[in-house]
Parts: sequence; C-alpha cells; structure tokens
Amino acid sequence: MMTLANGPLRVDLKLIAEMVEPGARVLDVGCGEGALLDWLGRNRGVDGRGIELSMEGVSAGVGHGLSVIQGDADTDLKDYPSGAFDYVILSQTLQATHEPRKVLENMLRIGRHAIVSFPNFGHWRVRAHLLFRGTMPVTDTLTYQWYDTPNIHFCTIRDFLGLCDALNVRVDKAIALDRDGRVLPLPRAAGIANLFADQALFVLSRET
Amino acid sequence: MPCSLPASARKMISNLMSAADTPPSADPALSPDHRVELGLDRPIRLDCGVELGPVTVAYRTYGHLNADRSNAILICHALTGDHHVADPHPITGKPGWWVDLVGPGRLLDTDRYFLICSNVLGGCMGTTGPAEIDPATGRPWGLSFPVITIGDMVEVQARLIDHLGIDQLFCVIGGSMGGMQVLEWAHSHPERVFAAIPIASAARHSAQNIAFNEVGRQAIMADPDWCDGDYQSHGLRPKRGLAVARMAAHITYLSEPALHQKFGRNLQNREHITYGFDADFQVESYLRHQGSTFVDRFDANSYLFITRAMDYFDLAAENGGVLANAFRGTRTRFCVVSFSSDWLFPTPESRAVVHALNAVAANVSFVEILSDKGHDAFLLDEPEFHATLAGFLDGAAAHRGLPPPTGQRRYGR
Repeated sequence: MMTLANGPLRVDLKLIAEMVEPGARVLDVGCGEGALLDWLGRNRGVDGRGIELSMEGVSAGVGHGLSVIQGDADTDLKDYPSGAFDYVILSQTLQATHEPRKVLENMLRIGRHAIVSFPNFGHWRVRAHLLFRGTMPVTDTLTYQWYDTPNIHFCTIRDFLGLCDALNVRVDKAIALDRDGRVLPLPRAAGIANLFADQALFVLSRET
Repeated sequence: MPCSLPASARKMISNLMSAADTPPSADPALSPDHRVELGLDRPIRLDCGVELGPVTVAYRTYGHLNADRSNAILICHALTGDHHVADPHPITGKPGWWVDLVGPGRLLDTDRYFLICSNVLGGCMGTTGPAEIDPATGRPWGLSFPVITIGDMVEVQARLIDHLGIDQLFCVIGGSMGGMQVLEWAHSHPERVFAAIPIASAARHSAQNIAFNEVGRQAIMADPDWCDGDYQSHGLRPKRGLAVARMAAHITYLSEPALHQKFGRNLQNREHITYGFDADFQVESYLRHQGSTFVDRFDANSYLFITRAMDYFDLAAENGGVLANAFRGTRTRFCVVSFSSDWLFPTPESRAVVHALNAVAANVSFVEILSDKGHDAFLLDEPEFHATLAGFLDGAAAHRGLPPPTGQRRYGR
C-alpha cells in the first residue's frame, strides 16, 4: 500500500490523532485526502473510514487504499447505525455544515466519542476586524470573502459550549490553540481562550 | 453451439474451443476458451423453480492461481459482453472489452492475480442459453429456455468457482449488469467475496431501464423473422429487430454531450440534407452500424432472456424491502463507483447501495467519477477511475496478505 504524501500532520490533526486509542473504529467526516486516516491506520492500527465531498479528495484517499465515500456530514451520517464507531471526527468542517446541531447529534449517536475542531470566531482579531473595518473578517485562517465562503455557520468557543449544554453532551477534553499551534488553557467557561484561541478542539461523549 | 450464428463464426468458436474441461493455461496470451459442464450430479435450481443441468459454462482465465488460492478475481461482464475480456473477440476480431485493464503491470495485474471471466447463463458465447440445444428435445431451447435471474447467473458462477477449487475470491468486479452480479455475489456468498467492486450499477433495475429493455424486446418480437422465438428451426434470424434493440440501447450507454461532441448535427458523406430517410446524419449512420454489427455476434433470444434477468433484479425486494438487509454482517470490502454523466445507472443508484452498506457499518469506498462519456465510461480510458480502482485493489490486497505491485504501472492504451 502506498502512503500519503509526506510532511507532518496539520497541528490539530496531530492532536486528534494522539487522542485516538489504538485499534479503535474511526469515522473521519470531511477527511480530505485522508491524511489523518492514513496516519491512524499506520501508527494506531485503527479501522478507519472517511467521508469527503470532493471527488479529488475521495479518489486520492481511495487511491491510497483508504475506505472513503463521497458524501457530506449533513446527508450521509443518518444512515450509520448507532454505536458503529468509537470516534467520529469532524475537523475544521462544522462551520461548513448546513445543520451543525443535527450533525453533532448524529456524530454522538453513531460514535462513542465525537472529536470536533473548528476555527474560533470569537478571536480578538475577528472581533477587531468587524469592529474597526466594518467588513466581514478575513484572516490568515479564515481566508474567504463573505460571498464565496463555504463557512456558513461560524461559532465561537463559548457558542459551541452552549450547544454542548443544550444537547446535554459531556465535554471530556477541551483544547485551545493559538495562531502558532500553542496550547492555551481552556476552562469550562471558555474564559480568555475565547479571545485568544485561533481554533479549538473538543472530545465529547453522550451524557449517560 | 449457438446455431443461430453464421457458419464462419461457429467455425471460429469451434477452433478456439478446447476439450470438455482443460485446466487454466499458464500463459495468458495463449489462454484457451475453456468449456466445462457443471451440475452433472446436482442440477442448478433456478429462481423460477426449474432444475437445470448439466450447464455448459464458457470461461477464460488470465494469470496464475497462487498456492493459497487467494488471488482470484472474478470479472462479471455486462448485458452484451462476454468472457473475452482481454483477447480478440472470436467473431468480430475486436480487442477484448477490458483489454486496457488486464495484463502484466496493469490494473488487473496478471502477474499478481488470477482472473476468471465466464459467459453468463443465458448467454450466446458458449454458456448454456436459449440458442443451445435442449438435451430433452434435441432442438434449440428458444423460448422454452427457463426465465433466468441475476441470482441464477451468480449460482452458475459459484459452481464454476467450486470447480476451480477456489473457496474465497479475492475480488468480484463488474460494470453495469456485471455490477448487479457483484452485488448479488456479496449478498448471497458474503464469505466467498473478500472485496467487491460494483461499477456504474444498481441494486435494482429502475422503471426507466425496464422501459428501455421492453422497447428492445418488442423490437425483436416485432421482426417477422423472430418466428415466435423459433427462428433457428426456420433457418432465420431476426436481424432487423435485434439491430433496432441495440440502437435504442446504445443511445442509453452514451450521454448527450458525448453524442454532441462525437457527431453534433454533422451530415454523413454529403453536403446537404436529402429530404429523405437515408442516414443523413452521422449519428444515424453510427447507430445503424452499431446495430448491424451487433447482430453478427449476438443472439436475439439471449437478448430477451438477459434483459429480463436485469429487469427482475431487486436486492431490496428480496430482503424484506430493506436493501441494508442484503448486506447485514458483511465483512466484504466494497468499492462503489459511478460516473457523473451516466443516466442509465445514475449516481443516486450507487449512492443507495452505499447508504445501505453504511447502515450495516460495512467497509465501503465510493466515488463518483467526473466524466462526460455516460454509462460506457466504465469501458473507456478514464484515468481517475483507473487510479481509484488501483488504489482500492492495492489496499485490499495488503489486507488480504497479497504481495504489492512490482515494477512500473501500465495504464491506458
């Protein structure tokens, strides 16, 4: 089997990869070309599956021997049986889904744990951009103009924690990252992480 | 022997035919056209209730079976295909229908895999079908041939695999009706299929596809030379009807953009329209050619029986109306492929299969290949399609403990 092209994993993917137990069943939603699945398969003996929207991503993934289907988080999660996976991963994709709440519910239905990473719209640069320029924020990590962005459901860390509360979801782990990939403290109330974190990463479970 | 074929064709087949059963040849280039009689001691129980046997099966193999008997790939052909996957057709002399995919270093690598393809039950290239002699009467079966199903075709293939001494196939692969057989294999013999690749296919024939098949059948039956299916006794062949059936079907294998690119409104060998019903347009001339060459190599009654088998195929209906039930507990690795411009087996049909497989948490890959070539894309040089298949096969081979590819990959023509 070929291996995916070289280079280290993206910083949030690396953090996610280290959270997954060896031999686990993993579904990576929005898996791109499958870099995370490939890493997990080779280093953790994980039974991995992927969902990806783009034909290029899917055929690259399948072409590398990964099990990837063409589909998206909004339409293709409902078919999976409950408890089919140990981890369902959604990295940097939540903000691009039509119904983030339903997506999160489905992830926690079909997986024991959900791992979610997303860009924090509460970052001070984002806030400052809107406050001082009066235009929709375009930053290093959020590079799209408002009219061509796939990101239709931005949220802040505090927003996301609110949704977790509303869904009665248990937060097992919460990590905030700054622009340089350094880990910031992320208390239950979000605190200054909501102002300084570029992105956040959560491990969630169904409250039992 | 298909009595309805021209004498020259029969002679050619006869020349290629080997003894009742010869072992697979070592050299793919010299691989003979095998014949084997199956069901001698245990007839094959068809879905319609008839017990059929013995059944002659015509098949070809390419490459070598390894010591573990774990590297066999069954290739399932489409409606008008046959087992001449990678060698010249005995009647037309044209290259095999997947010649680009088969060979050393190719996608279906004959250095690594043992490839098997058999003519389907009901076919007209050597396997028992309506043009063959019914041993009970000594006359061609014709319409007295039992109505067969995709399940029956697979049952006969399973008997062939038994005969070859193979417990589990590494992979079953096929496009269109071949894809239906792949899904049927995965459903009815899950433990015998390590990997399954249904391409441009569906788990049921749609109303539109049944409608197209019915047009073809009615064209055949409307030909006076069809003689209520008994044309062989009259020394006739319903060529015109079969040609029209092929013409109508051929349109469904292409796409509007493909037809437009290939022909547009171009005229055939003339400057102006003729105000008549000659083939003024190139597309007419092309279709007439497709129709007239098809009748040289295909039997009209076979066309009726095989299209009927496709119409009857509905895996969900056979499983309590829930397609997922057909695959419950499966451990097979699936790779489902569709083509964006295929309107005969459009992507939603493949997606329905994928959703059913997801519902049982099966190991499945699925990709819709962007192509403007319509349904026929699975037979053509589509690099993205071939790269995806190669990756899936390599991945599956690694999981099956088969060796990785060696040397340079060869794709395309």
